[in-house]
Amino acid sequence: MSTVPALSVSDLTVDYATPKGYLRAVDGVAFDLHPGESLGLVGESGCGKSSLGRALMQLLPQGALVGGSVNLAGDELIGASDARLRKARGEDLALVFQEPMTRLDPLMKVSDHFVEAIRAHRPETSKDEARHMAREVLAQMGIPPTRANNYPHEFSGGMRQRIMLALGIVLKPQVIIADEPTTALDVIVEAQILDLLDRLRSDHNVGLILITHNLGIVAETCDRVAVMYAGRIVEIGPVVDVFARPKHPYTQGLLRSVISVDTTELSSIDGSPPDLTAPPRGCRFAPRCDQAFEDCHSVDPMLAQVALDQHAACLLYPGADRRGAEVGV
Amino acid sequence: MSEREPVLEVSGLETHFHLGGGLLGRGEEQVVRAVDGVTFDIREGEIFGLVGESGSGKTTLGRTILGLVPATGGSIRWKGRELVGLTEKEFRPLRRRLGMIFQDPNASLNPAMTVAQGVGHPLRIHGITQTRAETRARVAEMLERCGLAPAERYLDVYPEDISGGQKQRVVIARTLITGPELVVADEPVAALDMSIRAKVLELMMDLKDELGLTYLYITHDLASGRFVCDRMAIMYLGQMVEWGEARAIYDDPQHPYTASLLDAIPLPDPSRRDRDKQLPRGEIPDALSPPRGCRFHPRCPRAFEPCGWEGRDLIDALEDRWTRIDEATFERELGLVGDRTAAVVADDHVRFRTDDPHALRQLLTELGPSLPTVVIDATTSMEADAGDLVVRFGAGPAPGDQVVAGRTVACHLHGVVERS
Repeated sequence: MSTVPALSVSDLTVDYATPKGYLRAVDGVAFDLHPGESLGLVGESGCGKSSLGRALMQLLPQGALVGGSVNLAGDELIGASDARLRKARGEDLALVFQEPMTRLDPLMKVSDHFVEAIRAHRPETSKDEARHMAREVLAQMGIPPTRANNYPHEFSGGMRQRIMLALGIVLKPQVIIADEPTTALDVIVEAQILDLLDRLRSDHNVGLILITHNLGIVAETCDRVAVMYAGRIVEIGPVVDVFARPKHPYTQGLLRSVISVDTTELSSIDGSPPDLTAPPRGCRFAPRCDQAFEDCHSVDPMLAQVALDQHAACLLYPGADRRGAEVGV
Repeated sequence: MSEREPVLEVSGLETHFHLGGGLLGRGEEQVVRAVDGVTFDIREGEIFGLVGESGSGKTTLGRTILGLVPATGGSIRWKGRELVGLTEKEFRPLRRRLGMIFQDPNASLNPAMTVAQGVGHPLRIHGITQTRAETRARVAEMLERCGLAPAERYLDVYPEDISGGQKQRVVIARTLITGPELVVADEPVAALDMSIRAKVLELMMDLKDELGLTYLYITHDLASGRFVCDRMAIMYLGQMVEWGEARAIYDDPQHPYTASLLDAIPLPDPSRRDRDKQLPRGEIPDALSPPRGCRFHPRCPRAFEPCGWEGRDLIDALEDRWTRIDEATFERELGLVGDRTAAVVADDHVRFRTDDPHALRQLLTELGPSLPTVVIDATTSMEADAGDLVVRFGAGPAPGDQVVAGRTVACHLHGVVERS
């Protein structure tokens, strides 16, 4: 893609202070997201995918340190002023969370959530105008205009997630970051919400970062996928290629472990992810990897091109060995 | 396998929760029919799957079978013995024969007990072992069977010191240590990371063969159900809509709800992304007031006239339309229909408090074909009455069970049969 990225992330790090010392939850992550593109960010619990999503909007708990660069259409967000960040959240970037009920004020009518959000960013908008905008965007998300003045508890879980999506897009952001947006929902409602996200992306040319543990969802909705393990992207590329020809042994294992209706044989990955306060030397996946060799336990691999547009951080592939890169091999 | 004896026979089972009336005992008593007339059996040595969305009643059904929730009607026979109506004291000796594995291993383990104490606890409660050494030896053996070897590494640690997958193995060991014959497993792998789900399912299947277990496997995940189950039932709002051999149901679903559930599963295969999916509208409704007739009809992509159409379906259809039209048209139609809260909705009719019943009748008739459901086709009359418009619906019998292609289905598409 030759367009200007909507979002460009490089060398992003997130550190948390813990009693055992600093824990690097996100370690040198880089990717571009183009307008209208959807990028799936997959990995298991603790891989850093949610920290990454929040770091993009700098919505991390106190004491978390974010480093690197998050560039929004030419505008650097890391180190930006609070005023700039407030503007970014909502107008440029929208974040959609897993549990919508905890994000809506139970004492506020749904339409008033919109009035508040819109007028916080555009104080010149009248309340009537804001309500009008709310009705329009709610209808797009399948919420009848007759329901706009109801309270959050009067809606089902799926409807609440539709309301959250509507709130997210009412100011027409360029990028939506959806963190497990359907995990709390049943499979049919999940499919409905994913359809809506897909429509948003194609109708409004919005970039979508979809954070999920579900590879099926990525296969259904994303153009590209980044697989995360222990704080790092270990493989990134077009969904079609990564699912057909996964290069990193972790991606291969993860895809084999998916239980789908077509599954004829069960498979899993032995062991568990490393403790990030003391990550292993070398490749972080090596202790669980059935293809690991001696160097894997001492040399830390970097992302290398393994196919057109597809990169993997694994010493099985030439170019992933930092030692080689340094001497220009 | 299918020729084995049934060990559990459930018939006409009901678990209703009475919510009481309003303040000071006024108002109508409300009843949640969580399990509402369920009949099936489980054969020795099989894995019977109970599949449905949240709110389908699958978890309540599992808990009712184990006596954790009292049945309000019907019968549950365990090896010929009636369980419904047993007192807690009568039930207690049976508990070691009927085990349960819960979804969240973090919530089912006491954080203040070591693995040895937690897993050994049921042995002491049931008086199966007498000494600590004996208990510890039995626990060690069961941990190793459950893949936690060598047991010495796990016996004296606390749940917080081990991974999620290991915790679920501990839960399984605790369930199996009393030697149960039937195990109700409620979403046993849903809380686990994908890369280890298969391991835990494999363990459960291996243990079934080794220990001669029978499972009731409760899940919302049809994908794992296909791999695991011999027979299965699809539940919706307290009732079974389709049940029989798992393979037949997956290969050729006969109930539109089953077909929708299968269509909705995301496939890890980008090349099949654009396949044709028949997704139902909306969400599972409130069990306090289930839809008339077939409970799935308001969402069903294939529903037709006899499925149980009623007043609220008409209002839902109009509201759905209103998300897709311009504001002026919406305001005009809303003006005729009146606020949704002003309409009086009864079982077989709806009364619109409108200023102009004739114009509203004309509008509804015109809109009929463009509405997302066949609700207008199912009306029997639209009449002006005392300045209102009353819209009536025909009979909508609840679908009865019928055998289609080797499994049981409750759906009018296979012929209108009334539920008895």
